[in-house]
Amino acid sequence: MASPSAPVEGVGPARGRPPARDVAGLGVGRALGFVAPAFLLIGAFLIFPALWTIYIGITNYRLTGVEAVSPSIVGLSNYTKALNDALFHNALWLTLLFVLGSAIIGQNILGFTLAWIMRRTRPAVRRTVEAFVLLAWILPSTVVAYLWVAFYDRDGGTLNSLLGTSGTAWLIDYPMACLIVFNTWRGTAFSMMLYSSALQAVPPSQLESARMVGASGWQTLRDVVFPHIRGHVLTNTLLISLWTANDFSPFLLTKGGPNHESETVPVYIYNVALQGGELGYSSAISFLLLIANLLVSLVYLRLLRRRS
Amino acid sequence: MSTRSLPTTPAFVLRRIGFYVLICAITLFFAVPMLWIASAPFDASPGLGVHWPDWTLENFRKTLEHPYAMHSMVNSLLICVTTAVAVTAFAALASYALSRVRIPGRDALLYGLLLLSSVVTGTAAMVPIFVMMFQLGLIDSRFGVALVMTGGLLPAAIFILKDFVDAVPKSYEESARVFGASTGQILRDVVLPVARPGLATIMVWAFVNSWGNFLVPFLLLRSIDKQPGAVLMQTLTDEGGSVNLQVLPVFSLLFSIPVVVLYLLVNSRYGFRFHGGIKS
Repeated sequence: MASPSAPVEGVGPARGRPPARDVAGLGVGRALGFVAPAFLLIGAFLIFPALWTIYIGITNYRLTGVEAVSPSIVGLSNYTKALNDALFHNALWLTLLFVLGSAIIGQNILGFTLAWIMRRTRPAVRRTVEAFVLLAWILPSTVVAYLWVAFYDRDGGTLNSLLGTSGTAWLIDYPMACLIVFNTWRGTAFSMMLYSSALQAVPPSQLESARMVGASGWQTLRDVVFPHIRGHVLTNTLLISLWTANDFSPFLLTKGGPNHESETVPVYIYNVALQGGELGYSSAISFLLLIANLLVSLVYLRLLRRRS
Repeated sequence: MSTRSLPTTPAFVLRRIGFYVLICAITLFFAVPMLWIASAPFDASPGLGVHWPDWTLENFRKTLEHPYAMHSMVNSLLICVTTAVAVTAFAALASYALSRVRIPGRDALLYGLLLLSSVVTGTAAMVPIFVMMFQLGLIDSRFGVALVMTGGLLPAAIFILKDFVDAVPKSYEESARVFGASTGQILRDVVLPVARPGLATIMVWAFVNSWGNFLVPFLLLRSIDKQPGAVLMQTLTDEGGSVNLQVLPVFSLLFSIPVVVLYLLVNSRYGFRFHGGIKS
């Protein structure tokens, strides 16, 4: 569940399929029985927690040691607290920076560039490059995190060896920049694949005529390619932003430190809840994250509907 | 391109060189961080840096002898196989019913599912899930971890599987029905074999996703002998106050193998292309 995974192409209830034919003879009653186990689990482990966040968020639920003190309702005071909490503002700002830097700019541009240049590369080269990009994506996230901890390490880390800057503690001196590069590296494969399939929809004849009238590469991209893939760019940007904003792996690299300098919202929620024991307050922040996710997802689904 | 005669103007040559420099730069960017996992496991004095290893397999022996390393792989297997089987079974039942029977409100239900799978993430729901499992007495239970992961993966799984089941020709079921097959026979002998690629893909997808999941077991498990590999790696980094550099690189390597092998297997057989979000 920490890895959201939304279907991308041409799915969605709005697709307008022919009416279902119940040829196996299930009937509505038995069909409901088939659906029940899945929906019980979804209800228990997704819907109920989402709703319970709202309730815990208006209480002063605390975790002290292993004992949970029974909470009382404190209204919206957790939310007013968030309004005035400098660390929360810091977390919001860092999350925005993380999303903007690694998803909206990093993964998008690198993914598109790869998709674009791989079209006219010989297959052997293309397969090699794609293998590395995909490997970065399929390796377990904890492994990827330690690859990058080693890469950034102060003593003998690869980055210091490459740059000849021995002794720079990258993760301490430039934690957000480190995280942005790390997440760009890890997530680019998705954008690359999405844009690869999007680019196949651009009619070759239009590219050819752009070449005939002597359009520059940049003009071709802007006036011929981009209008065709605009929907894909938007879909991709929404999805990868959603995933990046909810990503917990900054915790694996920096634990939010040093001195809260890389404490994104998910890490802040964890630190407030399980380090600080303030379950009520962290639930209020979780609820704000849920609302943000909901808004982005609604835009994304709207887009899917319009396209199909 | 091969049929076109290539111009050899200096500008063209320069652009060609620039093009390959760009490709090399991007490839290096993706390859270089992986050097550590390729060299440190075999190095007699492994560090967090990368250098040509002083070849040895001593680290592998250390890892195999580590009290928790291999045991955590077993935990990962237990949790992820349970999750993958449960996700596949429940999603298969649900997606078949949703595909073939017009349940009232079905479209709204599917829309809600898709929405849910992207809105309620592990990080946004970690507090209520922790509190809920705490009150149910399911903290420190591997089965509890598998349950939470199953619930989290099911919406997307139902969605992807329903696409598969929609593509299974209904005429197969109709002819089976004409020959007098019962509902159970149709499901077992007609639908199941045809939907097998979809089921296999979903099972691998659920397995890979739960294998890489760090947050849920990290939140819910306390004792080190129940930790799956993803959490043990975190534990290894401050074992006795410092990183266990003999075990961590080897463990990273071994822990990655199942995922990469499964990916290659499914990719060569069925292709992962139909849905982008197979792993994120």
